[in-house]
Parts: sequence; C-alpha cells; structure tokens
Amino acid sequence: MIDLLAAVKAPEIDYQALAPLFAVIGGSILVLIVGLISGRAIQRVLLPLLASASLVVAIVFSVVNWEAGDTAPIVEGALGVDTLALFLSILFYLSGLVAIVLSLRSESAQEVGAGEYLSMLLASIAGMTVLAGAENLVTVFVGFELLSIPLYVLCASSVRDRLSLESGLKYLVVGSVGSATLLYGLAFVYGATGSTDFSGISAAIGPDVDATDPLLLTGVALALVGLAFKASVAPFHQWTPDVYQGAPTPITAFMAVATKVAAFAILLRLCLHAFADVQADWAPALAGLATVTILVGNVGAIGQRSLKRLLAWSGVAQAGYMLAGVVVGTELGVRATAFYLAAYLVMNMTAFAVVVARERVSEHGDDLESIRDLSRAAPVLAWPMTIAMLALAGFPATAGFIGKFFLIDATVAGDYAWLAIVIVVGSMISLVYYLRVIAVMWMDRLEVKLPTIPPRYVKPVAGWSPEADPRAQPEVVAVAVIAAVATIALGIYPSPLFDAVRDVGSSLGSLF
Amino acid sequence: MTIHLSIVIFLPLAAAIVAAFMPPRIGRWLVVAAGVAVLGYAVALIADFDRSAAGFQYVTDDAWISELGIRYQLGVDGLNLFLIALTALLWVPALVWAALLERDRQRTFLFHMALGETAVLGAFCAQDLALFVVFFDLMLVPFYFLIGGWGIGERVAATTKFVIYTLVGSLLMLAGAVALGVLTASETGNDLTFNIAQLAQSPLPEGTQQWIFLLFAIAFLVKAPAFPFHGWVVDTYRATPTPVLVVLSAVLSKVGVYAFLRIVLPVMPDASVHFQDLMLVIAVFSILYGSVLAFSQDEPRLVVAYSSIAQLGFILLGIFAIDDLGAQGALMQMVNHGLVAGALFFIIAALTLRAGSPSLAQMGGMAMRAPVLAGLFLVIVLGTLAMPGSPNFIGEILILFGALDTKLVYALVASVGVALAAVYAIRVFQRSMHNRLAPGVEGGDLSRLDFAVIAPLVLVIVGLGVYPQLILDRTEEATKSNVAAATRAGGHSEQQAALGRKR
Repeated sequence: MIDLLAAVKAPEIDYQALAPLFAVIGGSILVLIVGLISGRAIQRVLLPLLASASLVVAIVFSVVNWEAGDTAPIVEGALGVDTLALFLSILFYLSGLVAIVLSLRSESAQEVGAGEYLSMLLASIAGMTVLAGAENLVTVFVGFELLSIPLYVLCASSVRDRLSLESGLKYLVVGSVGSATLLYGLAFVYGATGSTDFSGISAAIGPDVDATDPLLLTGVALALVGLAFKASVAPFHQWTPDVYQGAPTPITAFMAVATKVAAFAILLRLCLHAFADVQADWAPALAGLATVTILVGNVGAIGQRSLKRLLAWSGVAQAGYMLAGVVVGTELGVRATAFYLAAYLVMNMTAFAVVVARERVSEHGDDLESIRDLSRAAPVLAWPMTIAMLALAGFPATAGFIGKFFLIDATVAGDYAWLAIVIVVGSMISLVYYLRVIAVMWMDRLEVKLPTIPPRYVKPVAGWSPEADPRAQPEVVAVAVIAAVATIALGIYPSPLFDAVRDVGSSLGSLF
Repeated sequence: MTIHLSIVIFLPLAAAIVAAFMPPRIGRWLVVAAGVAVLGYAVALIADFDRSAAGFQYVTDDAWISELGIRYQLGVDGLNLFLIALTALLWVPALVWAALLERDRQRTFLFHMALGETAVLGAFCAQDLALFVVFFDLMLVPFYFLIGGWGIGERVAATTKFVIYTLVGSLLMLAGAVALGVLTASETGNDLTFNIAQLAQSPLPEGTQQWIFLLFAIAFLVKAPAFPFHGWVVDTYRATPTPVLVVLSAVLSKVGVYAFLRIVLPVMPDASVHFQDLMLVIAVFSILYGSVLAFSQDEPRLVVAYSSIAQLGFILLGIFAIDDLGAQGALMQMVNHGLVAGALFFIIAALTLRAGSPSLAQMGGMAMRAPVLAGLFLVIVLGTLAMPGSPNFIGEILILFGALDTKLVYALVASVGVALAAVYAIRVFQRSMHNRLAPGVEGGDLSRLDFAVIAPLVLVIVGLGVYPQLILDRTEEATKSNVAAATRAGGHSEQQAALGRKR
C-alpha cells in the first residue's frame, strides 16, 4: 500500500505562485458562508470588509510574486504567472475593490443578499485571474466560463428592475454564443495542432510553415470571434449598451473595466504566443475589426442620452484603440495595450463613480439630465467627471493622452500607420459626445436635443440618504476623486506605470 | 542671470490653484500678480537676451517620459522671445479686466485664464515636439470652458465648434508628430527622440515628409485661422467674452503660424518647398477674403475677426516666401497683430458698452464725447492699416520684400490687401467715432479700467514703431537659421529645374 502511494507522484504545487488566486477563491467561499448569518452589521459592514480584504491580500501576493520576476508556467504548464498575468490581475483586483465600494449602498446587493453578491463578484475575479494566466486551451475555457457565469447573475441582481433582468438574460444568451464560438474555435485549433498547450500549438504551427491549414485558420478565426464578444469588439458588440444600461451600475463599472481587461489579456496571450506564427493571417483581420470597432463605437455613442449607454459605446471605441496594440504584435504593442488598460481603468472608474453618485439622488437616473449643472450642485463630482471625459477623449495632462500617444507610437512603429490615423479620426468623432457631457455640467441651460432615443426615467435608487448632497455618500465621492487624481497623476508623471509595463512587455519577450 | 522657464510657464497655474482655496477677493489679485510677475520675467528675458549667441538660451532639459523619448525641453531664441513677451503682456490686462468685473464663478474663470497662459507659454517655449503637442492641445481645455461657460449668445454651439475644429487639426498633428519621431528613429537607427533640432538634422525622405507636412499644416492653418479652415471664427468671436477674446485673437492665433517657422520649415524642408505654392495661394486667398469680408461686417468684432484672417494670411505669406526677410517680417507682424488686435477688442468692448449694441449702425459720433478713446483708437487703426511709422508698416514691408524676392506674383496680389486694410479699418473708425451721434449712445470717456488696459498697449505699439530694432536685432539670427534648411531645399530644387531645362 505504501509502495503504491510512493508510486503515485503527488503533483507539486507552487503555493506562492497560486497565492493570489487562493486568496480570491478563499474570499469568495468565506463571504458566501459568513453571508448566511443575518444581521445588519454583518451584511453591511463585515462582508464588504472581508471581500475587500481578500482582494487586498491578492494584490499584496501579486506584488510579491512580481518581485520574483517571470517564472515558468505552473500546474503542468497550464497557468502562467508572469508579469503580464500579474499586472492585469492587479487591475482586476482594483476594479473589484472599486465595485465593492460602489456597491456599499446599492439596493441590488441587499436584495440578492450581500453574501451571494460579493461571493459571485470574487468568483468572477478568480475566473479573470485564471484567464489572464492561461497557457492552455482548457485553462482558457475554464477561466472564461468562471468569469462569465457569475456576471450573468450579477447583471440580473436588481431583481425588481425589469431592465436589469433583461440585461442579465441578454448577457447570458449573447455570452453563451460567444463561449460556444470560442470553444468551437479552440477545438479546431486542437484538431489542427494536436496540442492544447500554447507552447505546443506554437511549436506545431512552426515558424517557417506557410500556415494555410484551413482547420487551423478556422479555429483561430472562431476563437478570436469568441473573444471579440467578450471584449465588445464590433460587430460583436451589440449586447454592450443594453447590458451595461440594465445592470446595476457598480456591476457595470466592474464589467466595463475588468471584463475588457480579461478579454484583452487572453487575446494578447493567444495571439502573441499560441498563434504568433500565423500573425500574417490574423493581423489584417484584427486591424479591420479595430477600424470597424473604433468607428462604430464612436458613432454609436453620439446619439446616447443615458450615461451608462454612452460609456458602453465609448468602451467599444476604446476596445478598438487597444486592439491596435494587439494587431502590431510587437513588444511595444503589448506594453502600449497594457498601459492603456491601466489608464482605461482609472478613467472609467472615475466616470462610473459619478454616475453611481448621481443616479441614486436624481430622478433622471443615469440620463444626461442627472448631471445638469453639476458644477454648481456638486463641484466635487463635476471635476472628476470632467477629468474623466477629457481623459477618455485623449486630452493632454491625463492618462488618456499618454495612453493614446503610446498606442499611436506602437502602431506606427509596427508599420500600421494607417491604423494610427484611424485612431485619430475616432478620437475626433468622440469629441462630440465627451464634450457634450462636460457642456451639460458646466454650461447651464444647455438643451441636449437627441430625439432618436427618448429619455428613460429610472426610478430614483435612494441609498441611506436621499439628499442630493454628495456628502451623503462619501465613499463614492472618494472613489471618483481618487480615480480622477490618478488619471491626472498618470498623465503628468507616468514613469512608474511605464516601468511596470516594461516588465509586462518582456514577459512575452521571448516570443519576439 | 538665470531665468527658469519652468517658473515662467507654471507660475500662473500655480497661483490659480492656490487662489482656488482662498477667498475670491484676495485670490483674484494673486492670479493677477502672477500674470504681472510673468510679464516682469518676460521683460527681464528681453533685456538679458544675448543677441549674438546662436542657439537656445535659458535651456531646461530633463527626462520626462523616457520610454517614449519625450523630454521636457524648454528654450528661448529669437523666434519665440517676443511671442513669450506678447503672451505675458496681453495676459496682464486680460486678467485685470477679468478680476475687476464681477461674474459668476469668478475663481473658476480665473483658473481657466491662468491655465490658458501656462499652456500658451509652454507651447512657445517647448523644444520637444511631443511637449509642444501636449501644450498645444492643453490650450484648448481652458478656452473650451471660458467660451462655453461665460460666453455670449450661442456660446455652447460656438465653443463646441471651436474645439472640434481645432482639435481635429491637433489630433492629426499628434499622429504626424508621432510618425515623425518614430520614422526618423527607424531611418537613422538612433533612439526615439522628439527634439525639434535633432529631427531637423535628419530629414525624412521627401514622400514621407509630404504626408506629415499636410497633417501639420491642417492643424496650424485651423489654428491660425486661414481661409478654407476658418469656419469656427465667426461664431467663436461673437460668443467669446472680452478678456478671453483678447488673448484668443492676439496670442492663440500666433501659436499656429509660429509652429510653421519653428517646426515645419526646419523639420520638413523639402515638403515645405513642395507645397510652397499651395501655402502661398492659401495665404493670398486669406488676405483677399478676409479683407473683403471685413469691409462688409456690421459688428466691429467681426470686422476684427475677418481682418485677423487677412493679417494671418500676410504672416503666412512671409513664412512661405521661404526667405530671411519674409520670415523676419512675419515674426514682427505676429507681435504687431497681437498688440493691435488685443487693444482693438478692449476698445470694441468700450464701444459696445457705450452704444448699448454690438452693431456698427448703432454707434457714431463718439469722438466728441470720448476724445481719449478716439485718440487711442486712432493710433490703433493707423497701426492696423500699416501707416508708415507704425510697427505694422515695417512688418508688412519686410514680408512683401521677402515675397517679392522669391514669388513676385503673390506679393503683388497681396499688396492689394494692404490697401484693403485701410478701407475696412477707416470705415469702422468713421462709423463709430464720427458721423452723427447715434441716439442710443450714452456715457462719457474711458473709465479708469478701460484706460489702464488700453493705454499701455498703445504705448507699446508706438514704442515699437519708433524703435523696431528692438525686435529686428534679436530675431535676425533665429529666423535665418530656421529658414535655412528650406531655402537650401528650395535652391536645390531650383538648380535641378535649371539643370533639367539645360538638358
């Protein structure tokens, strides 16, 4: 018997490398169990604290692992814990933290139970962490589903709001189609190369082979389409505005940032590691998709009255910009994309925090009307929103400008100068709607005439305090202000972030 | 003497940020004081400037974003010295005016004014192309708020139009600037740099230069404004509050044409020669179009708006004559137009107040009631029409000399513009100052505030008319060296053409 045990070699587990993941999953389970205990103090205070603590622990472990530098993939080569994965996971944890803070006074969290709500949020983050490090097709799919399924539920967590339910259902249906497409694609890739391992796939394709194998190319195409659904890349973006608008706003904020980061994480890994040798085949296609996405996203946003829908469309456009960094397939491109993702986090979190703050106190919900004259009513919210909009539009002295500069730099250096022009043209179109938001806040008596979509009046979601005074919800204001300051700080002194993304770029560095 | 340009640039912004946390009564004077301090610095710069030294003085050179090859490089030479001074000079009356007139959200207004000064000074001082782009774009932000938040009439539509027009240009320029840096780096094999002087040392192949030239040209022509890109001008000039309009018209419009001299001619000499005729046609069209329309406007504001298009056409003519004299005249004219336009908008504000209407038809006969106003106005009008003895005369003569040297036909057509300037400038003066006293006109002579902002500007105009060498001496070196590459490129292509004819 003892011999038998000795013969079975126990798998070696690198606990340190897995520690962030353990922290998040552990937090998810713990929160679920503690959530069974009723009591206001536990539900409203302890659970968010526990969930935040697990994310903070995960961030700390990630930073510690970062110091160790790039290591070989763990779990039999299925999970990479390199700097790319760590950097992007830190972005997930941060957006998770923001979502928890924004949810503190949210009705939906209380309706479905804070335990379940937070537990699912953490589970989704765990899925993203897995996805960001996936080095194996199976891991890709596991991470992808672990990310998605909790989000379907979270979208519908405002159970008394029909829009929220609609949003959850829509996301479920479209998301499942995306997952199915991805899975189909991954199966084709496996069929063509005989390997599920990224290194194996890359080796099977080979550097010199003229890859015209239709099985492989179909697989690559389907896999990319599946990921395009998640990253809301046009023309697979149609779900985005509806789902973003219907979902509870803290969840929208989380989805808008974290899901997009996750989708780009795996897009980078898959394209630049597994499919690196067929770049000539996917790069023009992705460049086309990026162009369409930039144009569709920016034009779509022009007609929006709802701030959440506007941010959804703007998110589509931003995905297009970042796709340009993937297209060029260079180390510089990876860095630019990683940088932009971080900038994207702070810009969007600022904007969503303001939307959360206003929709709780305004009878207009997330309509543009809700921020009318905000510069007088609450300058402490108007300034962050202004900074967020300027940053998203790419004005200098904000993170958005440096990010866009970096992306254009990478695009031109990667011989896609025309794509740089497309980015620039997209930014021009985007001015129309970003500046309109600013004008509504600062230039009073501005009537926004958008006849195509009638204003949707959402019932006011009052928190603990119904007053319009921003001091009634200090934590939301704090998020907005901190994220806005970060947006400016990264625009003026971006060196720390540049140092970080330099490591990130080199984690796939052996491939270039 | 050490003068830190960073202090000059960021002093207004720093003061405005501090003032934002002070009671408005004290805070506003802090901002004004910062503006005056910047002016003091500018005067010190002119006095201390070493006119014999080649290259940049008071250089600041620090790493900013090393990853992208962007450096924080500032410097002064003859090209930007007087534009910095112009900025500093015009911002003082604008800030005083803004501080004295009570308005809603005054602190925010002054904050944006100060941010605007910082951005403009930064754009003039920047010697790194990327840094220039940063300041160039940053300039728009405060003006967007100033026009949209405190403007007159259709202000939101006007400000949106203004920003979109200008930003479309500057985004194209952003792409062009990045392409310039990246392609030069890959061409030479050096590290990525955006230093303008270094970029000028290794020009790109002509084909590449050409498309990048077009991206830059659109940005600067929109900013100028020049003829086919002037769509934003009328609405914006009508809606902008007076102190903002003064700096917008007098200073902001110079950034674009300055950038032609600083960036386009040295860095893209071949393309500049290639597109020389196109640019000259645009210049001449701007002169004629602006002059003719200035004549037919009923509002003095719009007369000045259109005359600015004509004046900037002149400046453009001087630059794209690609000639030392022309460039120097263009630079001189930038300063002159800034002074004249700034003073004119203050006077127009005074006129509008007295007539109770922005329309020329409602003004008239004010000279009798307001002799001081009339006197100052007359000096400025004579400056506008480039009367001998005014600095504008010297500027325009130099421009025409430069153009006559190289492009005779354009110079001849452009000189018609000089005559037209007399027509529209005198028309405004006559209609407002002479004629019968209009029924709605009230009030007497200039108030102390009006006098305090207008008189110093008039004094400077007269002073420059008497002693233009102040500018000419200090700008000669720099204009020569900035035009040199393009002159060589032009000579080169002419030689080739001559060779072709011989064969």
